[in-house]
Amino acid sequence: MDPFTSEVQHIWNVDNYKLLWEQGAYHSIALRTVGIAAAVTAADAILAFPVGYFMARIAGGRSRTFVFVAVLLPLWSSYLIRVYIWRLILDNDGVLNWSLRKVGLPAANIGYTNWAVWLIFTYVWLPFMILPVYGALERVPDSFLEASRDLGAGGWTTFRRILLPLALPGVIAGSIFTFSLTLGDYITPLLAGGASSQFIGNVVYDSIGSQQTPFAAAFAAVPLAVMAVYLLIARRLGAFEAL
Amino acid sequence: MERRSTRVALTAWTALVVLFLWIPLALIVLYAFNKSNVESWPIQSLTTHWFHTAWNSEVRSALWLSVRVGVTATGIALVLGSMAAFGVARFRFFGRETVSFLLVLPIALPGIVTGIALNSAFLAGHILLSTWTIIVGHATFCVIVVYNNVLARLRRSSPSLIEASQDLGADGWQTFRFVIWPVLSTALVAGGLLAFALSFDEVVVTYFTAGAQNTLPLLIFGYIRLGQQLPVVNVIAFAMILLTAIPVLLAQRLVRDTGVVRGTAAAAR
Repeated sequence: MDPFTSEVQHIWNVDNYKLLWEQGAYHSIALRTVGIAAAVTAADAILAFPVGYFMARIAGGRSRTFVFVAVLLPLWSSYLIRVYIWRLILDNDGVLNWSLRKVGLPAANIGYTNWAVWLIFTYVWLPFMILPVYGALERVPDSFLEASRDLGAGGWTTFRRILLPLALPGVIAGSIFTFSLTLGDYITPLLAGGASSQFIGNVVYDSIGSQQTPFAAAFAAVPLAVMAVYLLIARRLGAFEAL
Repeated sequence: MERRSTRVALTAWTALVVLFLWIPLALIVLYAFNKSNVESWPIQSLTTHWFHTAWNSEVRSALWLSVRVGVTATGIALVLGSMAAFGVARFRFFGRETVSFLLVLPIALPGIVTGIALNSAFLAGHILLSTWTIIVGHATFCVIVVYNNVLARLRRSSPSLIEASQDLGADGWQTFRFVIWPVLSTALVAGGLLAFALSFDEVVVTYFTAGAQNTLPLLIFGYIRLGQQLPVVNVIAFAMILLTAIPVLLAQRLVRDTGVVRGTAAAAR
């Protein structure tokens, strides 16, 4: 950067990466981003697995279609609007606090915190997890579960030894979306997060705003690198066939 | 198979998750009719007043720009996406796998990366940001949706159909009109609808490729960020939820298989 003309000077070096490495603030932002992305993925997996199981093995044709459409439609309604609605809900004068007070619980006051960011990401990406998990569970043949039962396995053992390993590619396929989308986002932290909810995306966004494109590019390379590693592992575990 | 208690528990869990997904969307319907311009709960009284306010010139011109961008980007995507799908599905050539990988890769890229990359490319090429740069930006992800839909359809239809048509003496145009088009048309419509829905909703790439103009999502983003005009945002949100539901339900009818699910990969941006 030329400080006078603020024009980008094209010099090849690693200064931008060095700056990233040396500043503690950027470490904690990167950690926060990856940590919340992992927490969102875990929450979505836990929420989605029983739903996928219900769709694949318990629901009849009509209720399956109903759940399928009910999961799919929110995914297609505007992302921005879904974030905005949650901002209204979590606000101090919002629906959540009001409902809690009605049932005699203390107000949560989680609006504009990392909890809000985590909750909203979990909400927004949940369908991305449900659909591949359902796909993977649907492909598990009934005979496998019967065989497990015939061999004397209880429900829990069947789940742990048969169902979970076979459904894992679906969970990982879903996690590619939930993880990578959270990793690269800046809208939700910006609109619904607090002062200490900055994500990598926000720093990138602000750096662009202040004309520091090279530094922005360097920081943007971090989620790309994390994702590249993640995708390689996912491919190993056979998640690509489950997409 | 499963014990009764398990079945009940799973059904209840699913019902709760569906409620979790839908209660927020239902709430915005109420907020759109909120009389107060302070967005707090519970809502005291209802009005349709904000629907009038929302139909102002700023919103209308943003809506019109969004529609123009969406239609044009979808048109470009339909042509390029289906040509790419034909190439990959029908011919074997050097680098075919790479091409199909490169076409799908941008799904994994965060929108901000695509946005910065396009922005720098336009700056480096001394191209002024305009409606056309937004269209080019949107076409990059719309192409993927169309490509995936058409490719899935082509993989399931047999190439011997085309050979049979040629053996029976049809020329290229006739084969296209009577054999290829009927096979592809619903996949194209579905892909097109999804591409339009994505473009209509896009914020991040649009932010980096738009000049001074506002598309509808950019306008709302600005309002939400500054906390201005929130009643108007509520009304637009209500209208947009209704409007996006229609093309998606249509597309879902047209491709009963995985078309929509695959398309969703790109919805993420």
